[in-house]
Amino acid sequence: MSGRTLFEKIWDDHVVTGDDPALLYVDLHLVHEVTSPQAFSGLEQSGRTVRRPDLTLATVDHAIPTTARSLGIRDPQSKKQVDTLRENTEKHQITYFGLDDPRQGIVHVVGPENGYTQPGKVIVCGDSHTSTHGAFGALAFGIGTSEVEHVLATQTLWQKRPKTMAVEFDGPLLPGVTAKDLILGMIAQLGVDGGIGHVIEYRGEAIRALSMEERMTICNMSIEGGARAGMIAPDETTFSYVEGKAQAPKGADWDAAVEYWSQLPSDPDATFDTTHHIDAANLVPHVSWGVNPGQTAPITSAVPDPNLIDDPIERDSVARALKYMDLRPGTPFVEIPVQHVFVGSCTNGRIEDLRRAAQVVAGKKVAAGVSAVVVPGSMQVKAQAEAEGLAEIFESAGFSWREAGCSSCLAMNDDVIPAGERCASTSNRNFEGRQGRGARTHLVSPAMAAAAAVAGHLVDVREWS
Amino acid sequence: MKPVSVVQGTMVPLPRADVDTDQIIPKQFLTRIERTGYGEFLFFDWARTEEGEPSSDFFVHDPKRQGAKVLVAGRNFGCGSSREHAVWAIQDWGFDAVIAPSFGDIFRNNCVNVGLLTVELPDEEVARLQEMAQNPAVVITVDLERQVVEAGDYVVEFDVDPGVKERLLNGLDPIGVTLLEDEAISHFEDTRPAWLTR
Repeated sequence: MSGRTLFEKIWDDHVVTGDDPALLYVDLHLVHEVTSPQAFSGLEQSGRTVRRPDLTLATVDHAIPTTARSLGIRDPQSKKQVDTLRENTEKHQITYFGLDDPRQGIVHVVGPENGYTQPGKVIVCGDSHTSTHGAFGALAFGIGTSEVEHVLATQTLWQKRPKTMAVEFDGPLLPGVTAKDLILGMIAQLGVDGGIGHVIEYRGEAIRALSMEERMTICNMSIEGGARAGMIAPDETTFSYVEGKAQAPKGADWDAAVEYWSQLPSDPDATFDTTHHIDAANLVPHVSWGVNPGQTAPITSAVPDPNLIDDPIERDSVARALKYMDLRPGTPFVEIPVQHVFVGSCTNGRIEDLRRAAQVVAGKKVAAGVSAVVVPGSMQVKAQAEAEGLAEIFESAGFSWREAGCSSCLAMNDDVIPAGERCASTSNRNFEGRQGRGARTHLVSPAMAAAAAVAGHLVDVREWS
Repeated sequence: MKPVSVVQGTMVPLPRADVDTDQIIPKQFLTRIERTGYGEFLFFDWARTEEGEPSSDFFVHDPKRQGAKVLVAGRNFGCGSSREHAVWAIQDWGFDAVIAPSFGDIFRNNCVNVGLLTVELPDEEVARLQEMAQNPAVVITVDLERQVVEAGDYVVEFDVDPGVKERLLNGLDPIGVTLLEDEAISHFEDTRPAWLTR
């Protein structure tokens, strides 16, 4: 018998009953305001209750304002949604990091920074970017509202066994190339549907060298490659990040947990259904030019020409994307002007992301005509950034410094990019209308976004000072 | 959940790849706390002119397409966000089935949970159906029990997961089914490692 992969070990250790589908036990259920109200009301209608409130954690992030908390929520429907979550968590005794809680933040930032996210766990949330938590060597995936209700009621989920995919990032990264560029480069290569039906394990020299926050950026965008989940084997980097966090195991529990976590990495003779190699050593910073994250290219190149594409469906989708994005084939990316810059989101709203962006803007000014915003991923990230002096750097450069939330990543609140305007964004999706009806998104790393804010157009941050 | 066995009606072709759930239901409709009433927001931006008026150029407001039951879509349909609102909107508008070469994983699971039938067919079969669907009067039958799609002389078989088929045909309440496993779940909980239980 051949060895088992990281995914297979976690799967096997969570099967309550059944084979395919198997009934999987959920160790951590994260809940937010947008995908949970119908699940709680469904429970109520059928006279059911929450099985394990102690394994459930709720916060608000998607639709809340990022202006001063004292101003409250202006939109009555969003306010009702947030109030509904608060009432539901009170009724069912679920831990809730509300708008006034210093631990509030984007659910995928909050879980890791408070130690809820740990290796070996099965983690679900009514949000596709739940894949973020796979960075710890957890099996973490997004679910719909019906499944949220199912997990609330049973703490389990029926799951078909996904296929396994290894993505090997060969070689060390070039200077100035970040985790965001790695994952954008991978999606450009494998396509937005390359991972359908698979759980990806990210491997190789470039991955091992990444910090936990960089690993989260990678796993976060697994869904953008179509994958069910993304994972990275736990190692010393993982353990030292988790150790000491509020919810991390302590004392003898810690030792037992580390012993268990240490045997989770895929066995040397484990096999994957599919393996891909990415030449990480030659990867350069990437930028998206279209309306899905696969429509991405090196910043050193230019807008593609649909007429040079043979496949009719592909040609049509590139032509449609360029029309929406108002881009002409052959235009070098570094000549594309931007009117907005957004630094934040569950992809790139953590302290290391803010440090990288701040390093680029320190002592400089945001270009005339550019509106630049930093939205920390959580209130803890915000407090730390303020303590480190980053907020001051951003504000003196002309950035707006906000309260934590999802903000312009999906623009459910007032942080909407106007129609026809262009935004260099550290978020994860450049879908049509995502940041506002008619708004045009270019996905980039935090350093690239910060540099674009100062230059007023997209730039290759490696050649920029 | 209502049982699903045969879907019969006219088709709407949507020959675009990678249609994401942000297009199916844009975010401004996700602050509602109800589970119904999303049909009028389906493909909200695509179904409007640049001025924001409903447009009959897109099927949602096209009088010839009203009452259609089957959406024939492109590959990777329903990718992106996990919002189940996308499935609710498709169902509320009137569709009972979606046919495509492939689907986003979360979207497909959401469909099973609300009884919207998804049928995966090879690219060339979907292309043929999209061609037939240009005529808004052509009627198609999707038979889950027999696992066939039929339209006039055209017949094609499809695969479906046996568990999914059983759930859809019987309209089973998945939570009710799982609660029958209560003893197994409690037993599993007793065996979880100590550091996960404190």
